[in-house]
Amino acid sequence: MSEKTMNLTLYVWRQANAKAPGKMERYEAKGISPDMSFLEMLDVTNEQLIKQGIEPIVFDHDCREGICGMCSQVINGVPHGPEELVTVCQLHMRRFNDGDTIFIEPWRSKAFPIEKDLMVDRGAFDRIMQAYGYTSITCGGAPDANDHPIPKWQLDRAMDAAECIGCGACVAACPNASGMLFTAAKVAHLNMLPQGKPEGARRVKAMIAAHDLEGFGNCTNHYECEAACPKGVKTAFISYLNKELIKALPKGAQD
Amino acid sequence: MSMLKSSVGRKLTMAVTGAILVLFILGHVLGNMSIFVGPEGINAYAVHLRDLGPLLWVVRLVMLVVFVLHVWFGIQLTLENRAARPVDYQQKKNLVTTFAAKTMIVSGLVLLAFVIYHVLHFTLHVGVDNVDQLAKAYMGEHFDVYTMVVTGFGKAINVLVYVAAMILLFFHVSHGFQSFLQTLGLSNECVQPKYQAVGKFLALVVSIGFISIPVLIMVGIVKL
Repeated sequence: MSEKTMNLTLYVWRQANAKAPGKMERYEAKGISPDMSFLEMLDVTNEQLIKQGIEPIVFDHDCREGICGMCSQVINGVPHGPEELVTVCQLHMRRFNDGDTIFIEPWRSKAFPIEKDLMVDRGAFDRIMQAYGYTSITCGGAPDANDHPIPKWQLDRAMDAAECIGCGACVAACPNASGMLFTAAKVAHLNMLPQGKPEGARRVKAMIAAHDLEGFGNCTNHYECEAACPKGVKTAFISYLNKELIKALPKGAQD
Repeated sequence: MSMLKSSVGRKLTMAVTGAILVLFILGHVLGNMSIFVGPEGINAYAVHLRDLGPLLWVVRLVMLVVFVLHVWFGIQLTLENRAARPVDYQQKKNLVTTFAAKTMIVSGLVLLAFVIYHVLHFTLHVGVDNVDQLAKAYMGEHFDVYTMVVTGFGKAINVLVYVAAMILLFFHVSHGFQSFLQTLGLSNECVQPKYQAVGKFLALVVSIGFISIPVLIMVGIVKL
């Protein structure tokens, strides 16, 4: 354990509510241990702000284990900061140096309104899931292993897509604020498996329509989403989504 | 068919129209190479094209529809994408996207202006000197394309415009090619880098092919 602590300069986006204009505020974070996570650094900074009579910074967090996807922070211009394949709670202050200046902003997208400071409303993703992010058959109890005759590679591929935690980093990173990687991951993990396949055509249409309705941008193949994704979800799934739509286009509503 | 108006539906339209435009420019650049055979090369090629008669007009009409769709959706999608992020980042680092991908709308709009200029110039002969003389100059009855092109690129400003436009074409096609395959659902993480390399190579060959004509005329290798 390192005894040395760091002093940092933070520029943090402060915004009172969804309608209010926001701006970057400058704060000093003192006595930060390199072993702290980025969220713990914000906890300590907030304690210091409270002592100064400043309203603490609002930020979202839940599991702090890297799987809940609540921490909607763009750190120094990169969603979830400079560490690859992690969320903000798994980013540690040892990645920064004493005296560093750090910019912290919320996800910026019309589809994700800012509730306060660094906290955004990702309800748009929930509504895409409600559109067809499920299978409507009754599955009964948990099936036995190997119950479904499906090749291992296909299962693995579906599981790669299912790794998506719905954090929204893809939207935050996308130059067009498109939610296509999320939509693609959800369509892929269901359409690739025997349980989801029968409703594949309906699903891809419904989920793309729901995506568009939320005000996300359109995918133009920048691949920034893939680079920012904390779970390494590949843009190959967007290609798969496109193929699923091409296959679904000639089909009627009952297919 | 309302899904064709969805984000992915319009992306498919962009990909298919873009691919048709790439096929067109491939044919165009191959045809242009006939100028290196000499006056009888490109002039015979031009006569063959005109002999197609009604078929030529069918191709022209299809290309016009394809071009208008590509431009229209390109502008529409770009405006929607800008609106999707009303408040911009104070700091944003892009990690993997390319210069070509970021400037598609710029290269696209400049190419639109160029295509209008190019059709006015070499198809409708606006600003071409001695049009009346050229009209019957090839074998006494056909338009002398060779002389028009060579004298046209005698002016430095024309060379500059064409070379600049073809550099933009390189960027536009280099992003467009791999984007087309990704959009048609033919991509995955193994082949994607290869698509990008092939797209760059294709774009380079096409743009160098086009650029070679004004440049070789300017340096005097191709002359009257």
